[in-house]
Amino acid sequence: MARIIVVTSGKGGVGKTTTSAAIAMGLAKRGHKTAVIDFDVGLRNLDLIMGCERRVVYDFINVINGEASLNQALIRDKHCDQLYILPASQTRDKDALSQEGVGKVLEELSKDFQYVVCDSPAGIERGAHLAMYYADDAFVVTNPEVSSVRDSDRMLGLLASKSRRAERNEEPIKEYLLLSRYSPERVKIGDMLSVNDVQDILSLHLLGVIPESKSVLTASNSGVPVILDEKSDAGQAYADIVARYLGEERPHRFIDEKKGLFGKLFGGK
Amino acid sequence: MMSLLDYFRITKTSSASLAKERLQILVAHERSSRHQPSYLPQLQKELLEVIKKYVNVDQDAISFNFEQDENQETLELNIVLPDHQAKNF
Repeated sequence: MARIIVVTSGKGGVGKTTTSAAIAMGLAKRGHKTAVIDFDVGLRNLDLIMGCERRVVYDFINVINGEASLNQALIRDKHCDQLYILPASQTRDKDALSQEGVGKVLEELSKDFQYVVCDSPAGIERGAHLAMYYADDAFVVTNPEVSSVRDSDRMLGLLASKSRRAERNEEPIKEYLLLSRYSPERVKIGDMLSVNDVQDILSLHLLGVIPESKSVLTASNSGVPVILDEKSDAGQAYADIVARYLGEERPHRFIDEKKGLFGKLFGGK
Repeated sequence: MMSLLDYFRITKTSSASLAKERLQILVAHERSSRHQPSYLPQLQKELLEVIKKYVNVDQDAISFNFEQDENQETLELNIVLPDHQAKNF
């Protein structure tokens, strides 16, 4: 049985697709057979972030409609043979996603995969609803910014009420906070909400902080998930997140300012 | 224009703490209304109209509180009556 993870946020542009690509790659690199699904019908982008946009033949909706088999639509990642991508349809009407159809595809994937990562679209429409409906775990991607925090809280409400687990009165979806685009320098001068502030407001288990990083853009420019850039701070942050999710203890990094040479020499700890 | 003095003043409230305060209030409010039934706003409006027929109260004098526990749901309605209760018809 696969564990189904939804990557959600409510607000757009906070890093859902970047996160989906990174954690799916991270899980696969650690030997877990993983599928990552783009639920953003009409605005697919996961293929681009994963660097497989030219290999898309069939998509999620083709599979739901029975026009292609799951194996025909799944794209094997070129960096890791344990990772498969199921792209969203770029052309179809978003109503083509049906709850039953999504359920069938996830059930079939569950037989063969250990993790299925569902990259949710922004908003609270059909695609976002279906991305979270069957989830076991939710990665709530939040920026330290008022509208993102508020929208994340809204998503927590939906996760607790509009999911299959909620409807069946099962154990609730496990929710984790991923705080992205974090800038310790701006937190220090009081310009940005701190990790503790966001945790005080949302009361969520912190899986990791991803610093604002140039490497995220360079990774997406080249279509390589940022976690493969092992030298980058964002890549390391995602590697930590995957490790923590798999139950390893890792101290939190990237919460404090980077010290310059002067700080390193004279800054004490 | 910001004066030089303002620029060096350290005690001014940071925008982050303002953001936190605003969010805490907002999130608490939105969470409390999350479990309310969807008909509540309409019910509230209609009840207010009925009450206004008999007692001269304004919007602020009425508060609604919806609570839910395992066994029951309670709708609590509080009206602060003005000094002269009855409307003069």
